Amino acid sequence: MSELLTAPTVVDSSEDRTMILNMGPQHPSTHGVLRLVLEIDGEVVVRVAPDIGYLHTGIEKTCEAKFYQQVVPLTDRIDYCSPMHNNLCYCLAVEKLLRVEIPERAQWLRVLLSELTRLNSHLIWLGTHAMDIGALTVFLYCFREREQILRLFDDLSGQRMMTSYFRIGGLALEPPLDFFPRVRAFLKTMPEKIDEYENLLTGNRIFINRIKGVGLLSAADAISLGVTGPPLRASGVDWDLRRDMPYTGYEKFQFKVPVSNGCDVWSRYVIRVQEMRESVKIATQALDGMPEGPIKANAPKIVLPDREAMKTQMEALIHHFKIVTEGFAVPAGEVYQAIESSRGEMGYYVVSDGTAKPYRVHMRNPTFATLQAIEKMCVGRLIADVVAAIGSIDIVLGEIDR
Amino acid sequence: MTDAGENQSKDAVLAAHPDHRAIAALTQQLPDAIQNAKYDRGELTLTIAREAIISSCRTVQAAGYNFLVDVTGVDWYPNQPRFQISYHILSHTLKQRIRFAVFVDEGDPSVDSITSVWPAANFYEREVFDLFGVRFGGHPKLRRLLMPEDYRGNPLRKDFPVEGYR
Repeated sequence: MSELLTAPTVVDSSEDRTMILNMGPQHPSTHGVLRLVLEIDGEVVVRVAPDIGYLHTGIEKTCEAKFYQQVVPLTDRIDYCSPMHNNLCYCLAVEKLLRVEIPERAQWLRVLLSELTRLNSHLIWLGTHAMDIGALTVFLYCFREREQILRLFDDLSGQRMMTSYFRIGGLALEPPLDFFPRVRAFLKTMPEKIDEYENLLTGNRIFINRIKGVGLLSAADAISLGVTGPPLRASGVDWDLRRDMPYTGYEKFQFKVPVSNGCDVWSRYVIRVQEMRESVKIATQALDGMPEGPIKANAPKIVLPDREAMKTQMEALIHHFKIVTEGFAVPAGEVYQAIESSRGEMGYYVVSDGTAKPYRVHMRNPTFATLQAIEKMCVGRLIADVVAAIGSIDIVLGEIDR
Repeated sequence: MTDAGENQSKDAVLAAHPDHRAIAALTQQLPDAIQNAKYDRGELTLTIAREAIISSCRTVQAAGYNFLVDVTGVDWYPNQPRFQISYHILSHTLKQRIRFAVFVDEGDPSVDSITSVWPAANFYEREVFDLFGVRFGGHPKLRRLLMPEDYRGNPLRKDFPVEGYR
């Protein structure tokens, strides 16, 4: 980076062909605080060097000072566009360490909420990506539907964005009575709304010309650079953790994994829109087959007791007191748990030394790796294509910088 | 609930998984590379000799483990060897994950960079260098990634306090 920045200001005019341009950290199309140092020759990009860390808050270090259950709200703040995926991934990792089985209803609810989160995240992506390209209207359409999802989350957990609804060993609360009918009504309208977005974009010549054949990334490059999720599938690699290494009961659901060989920004757009349709299908299946039963594992030393039990039973009161004041010890060991988040493979690597606080928590975040591919996508192309490429990897700086 | 080969010695773990592709490839081609093996909670961890990390990665890459997922560190301070570098590797065809662990001493915290095998390691190794102070030999651009360039200290080391002054 700094060899780029300290490039001599006075250069031999015969070599004075390129110029250094700072894109970000406050540029609107960099989706937060990404800074790209571009070396450009006229309008053509010669070199791209991403500079990250502007949002680094040391979440991994903070986790080491908290009890296991206190880490859940921190995970929301990593990828703030899909908080429930972070909650889920962390809870699954700790449950694997504890060897706790969670009840079926909790698993189905987790699937339902994961897919609503994916819809939420893809709606933000679609709105902002189209806005970067110049299609301003779609943004308002997408945020109209996103608002409905956020209201559902508000209803469910009391929070619109930082939900912290998942718990180690299950979920925080039973959903309110009108939750399922409201989700069903929302899911019923969603396919029409997706048609609406597609009417605005899919046949739009300006949109197509801006993104077709732009930001090319071959399958071999995608694999060697650690790219996952929709950009990997848009490069023709048929890989989705929900289907290939299922977690939290995804093996019970029928859905297609869209794959395309286009390798460009356009294919990533097509794949994400198809994924939204598949998410609606998975969420509908989860609603239809939602089993009855408890939403928390039968593990009184890990899961907080019900309010009712706590006020009538001595043991429940003691367990509550112990969990809140001194946490619960987790057997020593190390696990890596990965899920398919909206952006690709999100993984939590949790190391326990047998105490009530995690010894080490590391988050493997999809766009952190995908950002490395930005140079391959942009070199030799125009500056305007850089904007399209950033949008196509669906960048969230919160999860890159942590 | 215990899995086969759990909490056992290296030889027992290796013997319990004779058909595992990574174990087969490594024991045949690099018999000295595996220092220890652990099978815990359904996850295989192979402790690799520090000087054999590049060749081990190449071997498992050829055996079908095509995707480097993650590289990170753990600080076992005050125990020695102090740093554990964990490599998570995935196979798309076998649908299987393995973890390599390399232990490095505090005196010379360095290990060879695997960016020549998987370019994806670039950012991960820079992050470990930034937050743990472990150097990666042969890395194309070993600079701080998340912390400012002029920052002193490595925040994820255990002797770095969570709050207050250092």
